[in-house]
Amino acid sequence: MRILAYIFRRLLAAIPVLVGVSILTFLISHAIPGDPARLIVGPKASKEAVESIRKEHGLDKPLPVQYVRYMAGLVTGDLGQSIRNHRPVTRDLADYFPATFELTLASLVLCLAVGIPLGILAAVRRNRLADHVARVVSVVGVSTPVFWLGLMLLLLFYRHLSWLPGSGRLDVTSAPPADITGLYVLDALLAGDWALLREAASHLILPAFCLSYVYLAVITRIVRSSMIAVLGQDYIVTARANGLSAARVVLKHAFKNSLIPTVTITGLSLGELLGGAILTETIFAWPGMGKYVVDSVNSLDFPAIMGFTLVASAAYVAINLGVDVIYAFLNPRIRY
Amino acid sequence: MSAHPLLRELKLTLRILARNPSALIGGAVIVLMVLLALGAPLLAPFDPVKLSLAERLSAPGAAHFFGTDELGRDIFSRVLYGARISLSIGLLVITVAGVTGALIGATSGYFGGRIDNAVMRVMDVVLSFPSLVLALALAAAMGPSLVNAILATAFVMIPKFARLVRGEALSVRELPFVAASRVAGAGHGFIIRRHILPNCLNSAIVLATLTLGDAILIAASLSFIGLGAQPPTPEWGAMIASGRKFLMDQWWYATFPGLFILVTVIGFNIFGDALRDVLDPRIRR
Repeated sequence: MRILAYIFRRLLAAIPVLVGVSILTFLISHAIPGDPARLIVGPKASKEAVESIRKEHGLDKPLPVQYVRYMAGLVTGDLGQSIRNHRPVTRDLADYFPATFELTLASLVLCLAVGIPLGILAAVRRNRLADHVARVVSVVGVSTPVFWLGLMLLLLFYRHLSWLPGSGRLDVTSAPPADITGLYVLDALLAGDWALLREAASHLILPAFCLSYVYLAVITRIVRSSMIAVLGQDYIVTARANGLSAARVVLKHAFKNSLIPTVTITGLSLGELLGGAILTETIFAWPGMGKYVVDSVNSLDFPAIMGFTLVASAAYVAINLGVDVIYAFLNPRIRY
Repeated sequence: MSAHPLLRELKLTLRILARNPSALIGGAVIVLMVLLALGAPLLAPFDPVKLSLAERLSAPGAAHFFGTDELGRDIFSRVLYGARISLSIGLLVITVAGVTGALIGATSGYFGGRIDNAVMRVMDVVLSFPSLVLALALAAAMGPSLVNAILATAFVMIPKFARLVRGEALSVRELPFVAASRVAGAGHGFIIRRHILPNCLNSAIVLATLTLGDAILIAASLSFIGLGAQPPTPEWGAMIASGRKFLMDQWWYATFPGLFILVTVIGFNIFGDALRDVLDPRIRR
């Protein structure tokens, strides 16, 4: 019961942050640009059109009044209308969300599947080969421009080796699997369509690797340093002295206790993955929210840009809330 | 006559750094990039914006080390001039974000209480956006230009500095010399300037070095999206964006500018890590 109360309190604490996020997004869209009405109708519209939009959207009213109007829209899920296709931004984002979700999820799995073992290995074999490899991987990883890495991967695996497809979620001629989860790999699996599964997975590999690379570095680093801290503790020495096997000491006793910082960083990385997805999706023509926002930038579709910004940061807040909840389960010492 | 204490500390720091191999490697990369940037007019064999349509898209060779782009401009020369732009971007971003963040943090930590609480909540809000997402929204709202990209990137980085300096300010303000200064009649502004800020300098410098690489990456990403430097400016991110169209047949176009971003950012990251170990063992991660 106490854990429920704790979760409830964390939920409450997230509300002011979300309100703050909405205020900042509102200020960016209504106060910074010279003329929000012009941004809505686009640069080519006539002066009269700008004026009528200003009236229609209440942009002639004082800022606080405009904010209330904006919030009233938000709570009903109204993020405004896209300039490009005149569809509600909420609907557009909902359409593009599954692709982004599939990509970030695959990247996260890759990050953890490679980053955790590499980090553990680096900690156990400190200052030996594995540690040096991990160090190089993480320095290069955090220093790589994601968009450039994507291009280099395309050059190597698509252009020269022809091992993997270069763009999209499926071949142009293929129809997507029946929509169950929106994740093509999972849907193809559920439909039992092995050819389609293969195809969806092969399209996913390059973008997922590209996106995971930077955060792989971050996760390797944090696993290594928290493992090193834990491995120096007295109870690890005791466990060893009691004759437990090295593997058991490392995996069961040490790794479990180094999970907390790892979970924190994973949560933060997952949020930043959304930022990286903007670049990765653009490079690999992956039809997700990130590509959508870059296309919106190119056509000056301001409502779409701000809608994405709000959704991405709300997701970020939600992820961190999730991390707080996981803490409570991981560490019984956290008193709620 | 003894040297100024700051100078003495600088000498000591440099001496420790000189014994640290990663500081040497990182430092060497940074020095090399700065030299390339400063020496660009001497080193570049061609004018970075001069068109030469007869030589368009030629492969790397003796005349054009890194090949040419679709307008026949020499990519090697453009990359060298790009070093000026990217390094200046990094420095400007860190200066704007560092000074603003330090002032916000020092004031917030020094006064404490409600002011501190309110300021830190605002910083939390800024931190609840993925950094590239917020920078993109700001840059889009202000309009695509290099200056706006720099301001947007700086804005995103302010909370990092504010939080760090605020933490330091909270502990410094409890030290006896601050109370003594107040008793002696010093005003708040004076105490913040003369006591709080100088004591946060070390960790702020470490953070600045470590975030310089990030700043260059975010600004280059904005330029790549089309929200930063505009053509024909030889900015690395913008060059990669135009090289992308020619990736499949003219690999050199997008490859070399990216390689320079990578090497520069590696330099700052390695050097920053080493500097942190020397200057500020407390913020070790």
